[in-house]
Amino acid sequence: MSEKHIQRSYDPASQKMIKKAESDNVKIAWDRYDAMQPQCGFGELGLCCKVCNMGPCRIDPFGEGPQEGVCGATKDTIVARNLTRMIAAGSAAHSDHGRDIAHTLLLAARGQTHDYKLKDTEKLKKVALLYGIDINGKSIEKIGEELGEKCLSEFGQQEGELKMTKRAPAKRLALWRKLGIVPRGIDREVVEIMHRTTMGVDNDYKNIINHGMRTALADGWGGSMIATELSDILFGSPKPIRATVNLGVLKEDQVNIVVHGHEPTLSDVVQQAAKDPELVALAKKYGAKGINLAGMCCTANEILMRHGIPSAGNFLQQELAILTGAVELMMVDVQCVMPALSVAANCFHTKLVTTSPKCKFPGVEHVEFKEERALEIARNIIRMGVENFKNRAKERIEIPKEIRGLVAGFTTENTFHILGGKYRATFRPLNDAIISGRLRGAAGVVGCNNPNIRQDWAHVSMVKELIKHDVLVVQTGCSAIACAKEGLLTPESAFKLAGRGLQEICQAVGIPPVLHVGSCVDNSRILIILSQVIKEGGLGEDLSDIPVAAAAPEWMSEKAVAIGFYAVASGVYTIFGTPQPVLGSENVTNYIAAELENIVGGKFAFEADPIRAAQMMIKHIDKKREALKLPPLMYEREPVRMTNND
Amino acid sequence: MTKDLLKKKKTKDIKIYCDITKCVGCRSCEIACAVEHSKSKDIFSAIKEKALPKKRVKAENINNKIISLHCQHCEDAPCIKACMSGALSKDEKTGATLQDKDKCVGCWMCVMSCPFGAIVQDVENHIAVKCDLCPDREDFACVAACPTGALFVGTKEEFEKKVKKK
Repeated sequence: MSEKHIQRSYDPASQKMIKKAESDNVKIAWDRYDAMQPQCGFGELGLCCKVCNMGPCRIDPFGEGPQEGVCGATKDTIVARNLTRMIAAGSAAHSDHGRDIAHTLLLAARGQTHDYKLKDTEKLKKVALLYGIDINGKSIEKIGEELGEKCLSEFGQQEGELKMTKRAPAKRLALWRKLGIVPRGIDREVVEIMHRTTMGVDNDYKNIINHGMRTALADGWGGSMIATELSDILFGSPKPIRATVNLGVLKEDQVNIVVHGHEPTLSDVVQQAAKDPELVALAKKYGAKGINLAGMCCTANEILMRHGIPSAGNFLQQELAILTGAVELMMVDVQCVMPALSVAANCFHTKLVTTSPKCKFPGVEHVEFKEERALEIARNIIRMGVENFKNRAKERIEIPKEIRGLVAGFTTENTFHILGGKYRATFRPLNDAIISGRLRGAAGVVGCNNPNIRQDWAHVSMVKELIKHDVLVVQTGCSAIACAKEGLLTPESAFKLAGRGLQEICQAVGIPPVLHVGSCVDNSRILIILSQVIKEGGLGEDLSDIPVAAAAPEWMSEKAVAIGFYAVASGVYTIFGTPQPVLGSENVTNYIAAELENIVGGKFAFEADPIRAAQMMIKHIDKKREALKLPPLMYEREPVRMTNND
Repeated sequence: MTKDLLKKKKTKDIKIYCDITKCVGCRSCEIACAVEHSKSKDIFSAIKEKALPKKRVKAENINNKIISLHCQHCEDAPCIKACMSGALSKDEKTGATLQDKDKCVGCWMCVMSCPFGAIVQDVENHIAVKCDLCPDREDFACVAACPTGALFVGTKEEFEKKVKKK
């Protein structure tokens, strides 16, 4: 463990590339993280306020210096304002993604683009009904158009409730109504956070955070859910599919194109364009054996789930992919795209291309993506990559051998089918497994990578601990990729690590103990799965009754804060690895990590040790089992021992 | 770097200087100093300690110039002269102005006599608190925390050379 590259990452492929970065003298995220130490204490504690020009103001956490800002804002107000602004940014990101998908659906339905079709018509009808659209006698296109319009109008909606919130159990919806946190419109809630937290408005920390929850719900049960559902309609609902993961998916003898970012609109046509015989022939002309497409981050998850396109890795591997020297082109859209990519790309022949008007890099070629001419633009970008093949410096290529198989593509709908059988689609077997004690419960392990914790290590350690104790794990985003690299997403290798009860379930229905349900907007799938579990009966009446827990052990993005808050506001106990920037206020910390449980049923905990965090989740699941008066576990291996007092 | 500092730390004439053209008043030095003088030496735990740790450095605005100010370990230290209990003394080898906490009676004469205002009153424990040059670490917490490199460790000549270079 003494060597730097081993300390930095758990993943052997990443370790090799971190070493290469050192010898090639390319500065990567970990180096920048080291250079940034020690990080600002005021920022870490959430105690710096810069919302107005009387500031910046900082509250002295040691009590000697100022205890209030120039306006009189206390540490509680400042911490709560900063935190909710993170929720606003995270919700805005997911929801703007959802808006783009809704826009594409509308274009496709109106025939204004021929590169997208309404693929999952069954889901289209289902979601249209939810939105109160009369589907009788209407063409698919007409239904699609009406649904696109309705979804888009929810972004600017001023009054009423978001339609998707109706999918939550009745008791939950009633609670949200009682608390006044049912989201009215998606954009409205985000805007209201910015208003409330500006100079001289809301300074009651509880009131601020409650609105933060409302906004987060507008993300989880609004923007993100629209993104997931409409993506399924447009690009087809995922089905369980085998694929490969890690930097070893890059091929030495082919043109390697990496798509990085979040939205599936571009990547979905890119995977079509990469098969274009004319482009493949061109690649061969330049001496390559073909065109190899690979994903990165959540764009990877979108095309992995739907087309089985291999994933080159997760968040902290974006620079490492370029360091292999074998990537001809990396195209990026939005979110989690490091500005440093242009520096890394300049050190190699790799061509970096930006595609979204919302995300440009100075000095980097921008090929603007338009849904109306999607395929044509995708072809052009791939051609740029193919033509760059000749510029490779062969002597600088080093592709790690690491590659793993995985199964992805699980959704609410097909988990139905898998669990209940094709003709008797039902959540009954899942509920029964939990009720009988074969399964302890379920956990969502999601989130990012962060150089402040050894890459992938927290995800992998936590998931192993959970499945060992008969907890079924569902995953999204970079966390899913981390566990896929460890082989936890295949029935074969994860099977051995699972507890006996979980093994029996996996064997009976043929699923791995760790289910990959998609990208980070697809965390909304987990909300639907939980709602279905309640609907099926036997596990309580509200989402907060179910023996489940969630975690983001390596989080870094503001989006993670938004996700965390919609999970908590939906009644789920949620653990973050490193703390949110709230510890500067004891009151805010206590509110979100304790008091919220009595209000919304869910609460936060912060625990950097993944094993201990997993044990806390298990303890919480056991508490919920006890409240439901469920029998003890069928095969309790050993009592879960906490390392010290909780 | 750390080894150099260690060597430097034990040498006479070595001081922590603040380049006022680089200090932005972020108070990172203050936070780092308080954390270094806490029991846990971890910011998240330090703010919860029963006796909150005291910082011995202060980012101040003096005539529109921001400076991170702490004990200068004066050669002819007025605080030592003013100390009636013998709590303050000079380490002849390193030139550091040292304090024996057990001897301090909290008369605040040092606080009054310090021309830099660098000695702090710890009212709860009724003793004076000052820069002790971080005895628990090889380097200096404030210097390590300075994000702009305004805080500098070296001799007077080295510092002058560095400032003149610009």
